[in-house]
Amino acid sequence: MWDYSDKVKDHFFNPKNAGAVADANAIGEVGSISCGDALRLTLRVNEVTEIIEDAGFQTFGCGSAIASSSVLTEIIKGMTLEDALKVSNQDIANELDGLPPEKMHCSVMGREALQAAVANYRGEEWKDDHEEGALICKCFAVDEAMIEEMVWANKLRTVEDVTNFTKAGGGCAACHEDIENILERVLKERGESFDPNAESVTKTAVEAKAPLTNLQRIKRIEMVLESLRPQLMADGGDVELVEVIDNTVYVNMTGACSGCQMAAMTVAGIQQRLMEELGEFIKVVPASQMPKTAVAGA
Amino acid sequence: MTDIYLDNNATTKVDPLVVNEMLPFFTEQFGNPSSIHKFADGVARALKKARQQVQELIGAEHDSEIVFTSCGTESDSTAILSALKAQPNRKEIITTAVEHPAILSLCEYLEKDGYIVHRMPVDHNGRLNLDAYKSLLSDQVAIVSVMWANNETGTLFPVVEMAEMANAAGVMFHTDAVQAVGKIPMNLKDTKIDMLSISGHKLHAPKGIGVLYLRRGTRFRPLLRGGHQERGRRAGTENTASIVGLGKACELALEHIEYENTQVKAMRDRLERGIVEQIPHCFITGDLENRLPNTTDIAFEYIEGEAILMLLNKAGIAASSGSACTSGSLEPSHVMRAMDIPYTAAHGTIRFSFSRYNTMREVDEVLKVMPQIVSTLRKLSPYWDGDEPVADPEKAFAPTYA
Repeated sequence: MWDYSDKVKDHFFNPKNAGAVADANAIGEVGSISCGDALRLTLRVNEVTEIIEDAGFQTFGCGSAIASSSVLTEIIKGMTLEDALKVSNQDIANELDGLPPEKMHCSVMGREALQAAVANYRGEEWKDDHEEGALICKCFAVDEAMIEEMVWANKLRTVEDVTNFTKAGGGCAACHEDIENILERVLKERGESFDPNAESVTKTAVEAKAPLTNLQRIKRIEMVLESLRPQLMADGGDVELVEVIDNTVYVNMTGACSGCQMAAMTVAGIQQRLMEELGEFIKVVPASQMPKTAVAGA
Repeated sequence: MTDIYLDNNATTKVDPLVVNEMLPFFTEQFGNPSSIHKFADGVARALKKARQQVQELIGAEHDSEIVFTSCGTESDSTAILSALKAQPNRKEIITTAVEHPAILSLCEYLEKDGYIVHRMPVDHNGRLNLDAYKSLLSDQVAIVSVMWANNETGTLFPVVEMAEMANAAGVMFHTDAVQAVGKIPMNLKDTKIDMLSISGHKLHAPKGIGVLYLRRGTRFRPLLRGGHQERGRRAGTENTASIVGLGKACELALEHIEYENTQVKAMRDRLERGIVEQIPHCFITGDLENRLPNTTDIAFEYIEGEAILMLLNKAGIAASSGSACTSGSLEPSHVMRAMDIPYTAAHGTIRFSFSRYNTMREVDEVLKVMPQIVSTLRKLSPYWDGDEPVADPEKAFAPTYA
C-alpha cells in the first residue's frame, strides 16, 4: 500500500465538495481513462467579481486522485479566477502534506482540471500541454516522456547527460538501465548508437565556462540553497550552509530533514542542483563530517 | 472482528506446523548439509525428506527431479535460460500474453538479444486458441512456457494437453505453476511437462524458497554454477530451514487438497454469488468454468480499484486489484487488457483469493460491507448518476487526455 499522509487519507475517506455544482458555469474535464484517473470539476463563478463561489468534483480514480480533487476544491473556493490560476500542482501536493512520486500526476490532473474549467468559463478551448509517460526515476519523479524529450532536444548521449538535464538517475541510480534503454532507442532513431563510454555533451559545455571566484561560488551556492528552501520547509525541514572547502560543500540538515530517511536523497538532490548551477563537480556532505582542522580554523 | 485476509494469491501465512518443523534448523541442526559432523547430522536426511514431500504433492516420478531454488522467479528464469543455452540453434519462445512478469519481463529482455517471442493472445474469458498454438510449434522453438493457473483470474490453461502437443513437435515445455501447486491435484509423471516452477510462499511455506521440477532426461544448463548442491543443477548452500518448511507445507497441502476443492471453493462461490447478486454493474472475469477453487476476480464498473482497496482495508479486509494505480503503472493489469476488458471496468477489478484459513463468517462480513463501499465510490464517479450509470457513459464523460 502507498505511504499516504494522514491528510491524503482524510480527504479520501471524507471528501469535501463531492458531486457536481448544480448551477455551474465552468466545467473542466481532464484525465485519461486508460491510466485510470479522470476528473470533472464544476465551478460556480460570480460573473461580476469572478470569485469562485462554489466548487465540486467527480472523480474516477485512486485514493490520491480523489484526495487531490477534494483538496483542490477546498483551496479554490472563495478565490478569484486569477488567483485560482496561480495554484500549482505543487500547492495541491503541499496542501496534502505531499504525495508519493508515482502519484504526483494526481495533483497535476487537479491543476489541469482547474485550467480547463476556467477556459470553459471564458469560452476558450483548453489544450493539454504535456504528455505523461511511465515513471522512470522514482527519486525525483521524472517520467519517460520528459527524458525522451530532453534527449531529443539537447542531443543527449549518456546517462550522466540525462541526469544533468532532468535530474533523473541522480538519486539511488537504480533506474540507470531504464535510462540507457531510452538512450538506446532515441539514438537509434537519430541514426547513432548508444555508447556507455561516450563523452557527455554536458561536460564539454560546462568546461567552457569561465571559472568563478570564491565569493561568486559561495553566493551561487547560497542562491541554490535558497531556491530549494521552500520545498524543504514544506516538509518541515531546512538546510544551512556551513563551509565550502574546494569541491566539498558542508551543510546542516535541520528540522524534519535531520534524521529523515530521505535526507540522503535530499542531499543528492542538492548536490545535483549545485553541479548544474556551478558547472563543476560538487560534493555535498553533512557538516558533522567536516574535518576537525577546518572547524578549528573557522 | 479480526482482520480478514483474502489475498492468498499474493502470499500466504506460514502454517504454524511448518514453522515448528523449521525451528530446529536455525539453532540446533544448523550445520551445512555437506559437512560430516553432528551439527549436519540430520540436515541432509531432512532435505531428502522434504524433496520426497514435494515429489509426492506434484506426482513426480523421482525425487531427484526436484531442484530447490530461491523463488518462483528464479525457477522461471532458470527454465527458460536453460532451454535457450542447451539448444543454441533454436531462437523462438512461445508464451502467453497473460503470464506473470517473471516470464514476460525476461522474454522482453531476450527479444533485445534477437530471440523471437510469440505471446499467444487470449479471448474475452482468458482462454487460449490451441489451433493457433499448434501452428506456432516448430523446430525453431526452444521452449514453450505457459502458466498453469493465472494469478489474477485463477483461469486454468490446458497445460497437460499443451505439453503433449509440444512433446509431439519435439519442443520443451515449461509451466509456471506457482498458483496451481497445492490447489489442484497434479500427477507430473503422467504428463509431458518437462519443467515446472513452484513458489513456497504461495502454499503456506516461507518466502525465499522455490522449486524447479526438472523431468529426468531434460537437457539442462544451470543458472548458478559453483558447488555440487542440488546435483550441480543449482549451486549455493541450501536454504535448509526453508526447504524443510516447504516439504512440510507440501505434505499439508496434499492433505487439504480435497478441502481446498470443496470447502474453500464453497467460500469463494458464496462470496462471488453474493457480490454479483447485491451489486449492480459488476462481473466476474476469466474462464468461470475452468478456474482455481480459491480465486475470484470481480470488475466493479465505473470506479477504481485502489480506492476500493483503501475502503476495504479500512474495514479490515485485505484483497488486491488490477488497477494501474496499485502498481504505479500507466495501464491496468496486462491480464485485463489481454481479455479486452474495458478501461472503466479493468481499473475496478478486485481479486479475492482464499486459503484454508478463511471462514464462511468472513465471507458474510465482506458481503456486508462491499455494497456500501461500491456505492460510496460511485457517488464520486463522473460516470454515475443516482442509482445507475449515466446514459452512454463513454460519451457523457469524455475528458481531455491529460
